[in-house]
Amino acid sequence: MNEISTAHKEYLAKRQRQKQLIRFFRLSIILLFLLLWEIAARKNWIDAFIFSSPSRVFFTARDMFLDHSIISHTGITLLETLASFFLTIIIGLLSAILLWYSPTASEILEPYLVILNSLPKSALAPLLIVWLGANMRTIIVAGISVAIFGMIMNLYTGFRETDPEKIKLIYTLQGTRKDVLFKIILPGTVPLFVSILKVNIGLCLVGVIIGEFIGSRQGLGYLIIYGSQTFQLNLVITSIVILCIISLLLYLALNLLEKKYQNHRQASQP
Amino acid sequence: MKPLLEVTHLSYAYHSVNGETYALSDLSFQVEQGEFIAIVGPSGCGKSTLLSLIAGLLQPEEGEILLEGTPVEEAKTAVGYMLQKDQLLEWRTIYQNVILGLEIQHKLNPHSTKRIEKMLRDYGLASFRDARPSQLSGGMRQRAAMIRTLAQNPTLLLLDEPFSALDYMTRISVCDDIYRIIKQEGKTAVLVTHDLSEAVSTADRVIVLSSRPAAIKTIVDIRIDLPERTPFLSRSAPEFKTYFNEIWKELKS
Repeated sequence: MNEISTAHKEYLAKRQRQKQLIRFFRLSIILLFLLLWEIAARKNWIDAFIFSSPSRVFFTARDMFLDHSIISHTGITLLETLASFFLTIIIGLLSAILLWYSPTASEILEPYLVILNSLPKSALAPLLIVWLGANMRTIIVAGISVAIFGMIMNLYTGFRETDPEKIKLIYTLQGTRKDVLFKIILPGTVPLFVSILKVNIGLCLVGVIIGEFIGSRQGLGYLIIYGSQTFQLNLVITSIVILCIISLLLYLALNLLEKKYQNHRQASQP
Repeated sequence: MKPLLEVTHLSYAYHSVNGETYALSDLSFQVEQGEFIAIVGPSGCGKSTLLSLIAGLLQPEEGEILLEGTPVEEAKTAVGYMLQKDQLLEWRTIYQNVILGLEIQHKLNPHSTKRIEKMLRDYGLASFRDARPSQLSGGMRQRAAMIRTLAQNPTLLLLDEPFSALDYMTRISVCDDIYRIIKQEGKTAVLVTHDLSEAVSTADRVIVLSSRPAAIKTIVDIRIDLPERTPFLSRSAPEFKTYFNEIWKELKS
């Protein structure tokens, strides 16, 4: 490395200050919000019975920790979300491949996919409960139903946008359609696949919560509905806070996976 | 001696909802072993279609294409095709890219990989064996694409404007590179191009096509007297201009 010039040093220092500024304000917003909320509740500016307060949420969470109920409810929701997430990935990937393999089938099915994708899936949930019963299977299906159609359509579109010259390359090397799929289409759509995963994990969580709202005795969705019906708003808000944390952690996990994949690719470069 | 490639009365049309488009009409020509043929014609006249037919990617509607006496559909592996862009796959290393054809045809063996390693060394890519395509210059990428084509040891090479995506300076030096590789490996080549200087500077014969539907207007024999002919040196040979003008007039008429 050469000697760093003063101008460049100043530039780096400026970038550093900017970063600190952003971090500071990010943290300030949440702290200020919590502080205001707490003060408002204590000074009776808002009704703490309805709006709860940070300290009440904290104590609710602590009590639920102590009787382990928080762990079982959170665990159930997490389990259902992950199950529907992985099933969505498998079913979505296979369906997209089948559609790509048979252009006739994809043309026939296109209007159905469009309708199913734009249909608000929460409308399906009551039906699923009746058909499949109020159990975990139903909740998982609800999670899948929210994410699956969008995934199939996005992935299939990605498959179709593959450079036709790259496909021609495989044929000039005497390859078959199977080679096109495994050597060009699938490896070429990995970045798209990863971004679809990031969207899907959130969508599956939405579907699972909807399912738990109406057909469950367990899980965070159930706690939210139960809490609101019995006017235990502390419980509702505590559950929502946990949901925030879960979705953040799931997103971070996928980000980590993406980084690992990129690092793996870079590591194989000299 | 039998010609390596024999094209007789070849016609081809594309079909779409809006009707038929005649791309080629009644083409006949032959390519001898070791020859370098350039095909020129106005853009969109069906040059690429002709190459796809010779490569066996499309089936002729009329006429036939024989490679060493057998119909080309049965001799596909004897044809190597180089596309307009190098089409190296970014998710593979250079080595993994050049073995793509062998991998698809299940022909990876100690013998074929030894040949690949030798070509990588000969054509200056050995130290980039494990690099990604994006780390290579345009010329190196084109050489890697060439090795990928040569890996299956084809008897006939089809080049579909392989230099058109490169900038002018690179194009001239890559053209020299590829020409040298083809001669060194003793291959027969058919180059499609719309660049007249490229055609005259590389070819032994230039086939001039008319606009769509493409028919052969004329075939010009190129004789450039140089002790060691390369495309670059050919460009400054005195005969170059004469041939250039002759073909130019043919294309214009």
